[in-house]
Amino acid sequence: MHELPQQLVNGLLLGSMYGLIAIGYTMVYGIVQLINFAHGEIFMTGGFGALTVWLWLPAGTSVWAALPLMLIGAIFVSTTIAIGAERFAYRPLRGAPRLAPLITAIGLSLALQQAVWAWYPEAKSARSFPELPGGSIHIGSVTMQPGDIFLLITAPICMVALGYFVMKTRIGRGMQATAQDPDTAKLMGINTDRVIVVAFAIGAAFAGIAAVARGLKYGQIDFRMGFILGLKAFTAAVLGGIGNIYGAMIGGVVLGLAESMATAYINDVPGMDKLGGQSWADVWAFVLLIVVLLVRPQGLLGERVADRA
Amino acid sequence: MRQRSLIAITAALTAGALTLTACGSRDDKDDGDEAGGGTTVVIGVDAPLTGELSALGLGIRNSVDLATKQANEKKYVDGVTFKIEALDDQGQPSSGQTNATKLVADKDVLGAVGPLNSSVAESMQKVFDDAKLVQVSPANTNPALTQGPDWNGGKKERPYKSYFRTATTDAIQGPFAAQYLYNKAKKKKVFVVDDKKTYGAGLAATFKDEFTKLGGKVVGTEHINPDTKDFGAVATKIRNSDADLVYYGGEYPQAGPLSKQMKQAGSKAPLVGGDGIYSADFIKLSGKQGVGDYATSVGQPVEELPSAKEFIANYKKAGFKEAYEAYGGYSYDSAWAIIEAVKKVVDDNDGKLPDDARAKVIDAMKDVSFDGVTGKVSFDEYGDATNKQLTVYQVKTTDPKSGWKPVESGTYTGTN
Repeated sequence: MHELPQQLVNGLLLGSMYGLIAIGYTMVYGIVQLINFAHGEIFMTGGFGALTVWLWLPAGTSVWAALPLMLIGAIFVSTTIAIGAERFAYRPLRGAPRLAPLITAIGLSLALQQAVWAWYPEAKSARSFPELPGGSIHIGSVTMQPGDIFLLITAPICMVALGYFVMKTRIGRGMQATAQDPDTAKLMGINTDRVIVVAFAIGAAFAGIAAVARGLKYGQIDFRMGFILGLKAFTAAVLGGIGNIYGAMIGGVVLGLAESMATAYINDVPGMDKLGGQSWADVWAFVLLIVVLLVRPQGLLGERVADRA
Repeated sequence: MRQRSLIAITAALTAGALTLTACGSRDDKDDGDEAGGGTTVVIGVDAPLTGELSALGLGIRNSVDLATKQANEKKYVDGVTFKIEALDDQGQPSSGQTNATKLVADKDVLGAVGPLNSSVAESMQKVFDDAKLVQVSPANTNPALTQGPDWNGGKKERPYKSYFRTATTDAIQGPFAAQYLYNKAKKKKVFVVDDKKTYGAGLAATFKDEFTKLGGKVVGTEHINPDTKDFGAVATKIRNSDADLVYYGGEYPQAGPLSKQMKQAGSKAPLVGGDGIYSADFIKLSGKQGVGDYATSVGQPVEELPSAKEFIANYKKAGFKEAYEAYGGYSYDSAWAIIEAVKKVVDDNDGKLPDDARAKVIDAMKDVSFDGVTGKVSFDEYGDATNKQLTVYQVKTTDPKSGWKPVESGTYTGTN
């Protein structure tokens, strides 16, 4: 069991990334009840935004100096695409049955993926992403890379900032009101269109940050990375209670830990030696999801809401 | 209840989307020179032209293209102009099968080069065999493709008469690596990882058998999911296993990140793989952590063979954007094997293509023998290459173009 601390950290890192992306699913769902399946691809384009900034910078720029610019590039690209998607793909369908925007979302997700595939130079296979310089950091038996530290610091900061925003600012309160009842919120003078755009933008900004974190951690990005990660993040959002922003983060971390524990230890359980290892990690993550949904259908932090449909 | 059913529909649609992206292949038609006039013979190409394995796939397509261009230039077969039809399988068996069906339907196609992946080949073999269309793979190394599923149990049986390959098989590639690493590199404790695919799992198994036979110890095994890039948990297991070598059965999109992450986790063991990781992209993906890693690949390094000088020069002259990669020479030779077979068929039929040209081409393949880029090209009774050369390469620098250096070439001498 001497590898346990390291495996916990591995799970926490993976989970923080899921959580950052999951916030985009959960906020949009909380306000407009739309599962924005293009969110994984919005995350992916953020990564390519950051890479573009990096390629524009003169060769030899230190990654630390470039990092703020890359973050801005990632957030710029992902929010622009998210706001554009909201305006042109989802808003015209707002009164339509729920299935319609969902199908649009999936179409948009494929379109974005193929657009990067077709037009981004050399994006047909994985592109290497700059890594943070500096050696690994050892804390006890735990080893971490500079990119991991970036993720571990950024994820909680983002959460705290988002919590503050939603609770304390005017537009944040407008969001809560819109989430509870969009029609009444409108009657009370809240510009619900604006609230929805802000929700899309915040989710996309977090996805952009997550994309930079992923690039730094693995040293590569590719046009397909949004699909699987988006799916996992959606799972994390459901696990945490879709609509609840803290739930998204907790759901992400629980999912990440489940995957890493499953990889590390299921093999050692007597009789389970054939059902363990990394190739089974997803299976166990989804088993966990099913169990949680059976016991607590609203997710870990979700509230039981009356059906509004 | 509406919400619950929304989730269900969503899940169904997601599954649908997954399939769609996987099948999103494109045709990449390349019109060859039409100048020759007369009959046009199309050589199909099936390889991953997009997606993670596209570096290898594009090398295959370009090399076949080069072969047909040269055949046309030399007017090698009288009255016949060769053309290629390149289809993208994205490394997916389902796309490969669709492409095979498409090639079979085109009456001008008299042979196909590809695919890259053994698992894709499995899905294509029957389609080609039913249509009596010859298929020559430059890259498939799974022994079962030519020798049947029981090849390891001593009962070799060729399943499809239309299938040939210029690459040698994992039945010798895995053990060849094991012999080098145990005897020469003095590695004794190995951690074996594979991606559970036909190629990766087969290769890892043959390596493991030979390595333990030699006296080495397997200190751990793990299967990974090729869809992920996060190998954090596996990397930690590798570090704690105290292995001095990690064998990976699979391809570079996973091998690169795995090598990087296991070394970041603190492991000092080099990663070793088969021809599936012998690519410039492996060096790009593994970065500085990849230096010291090994790969085996079929044949001798193309650059070292005198027979390859002309190929390399012509490839450069043709101005392809992508490198010929690991299978360029084999793809060129595969295409030439088909061209030679077509020539024989045409010559035997008074300079014209017979009506049953496809079946005749398969017959002619048995006697094909010429000096190719990779050495002597000919096939044994199973359709396997008679050339059984292998080479161990090691990553020496982080430069993707020249980082791989050959350390030892040879022919596998079995211990069994």
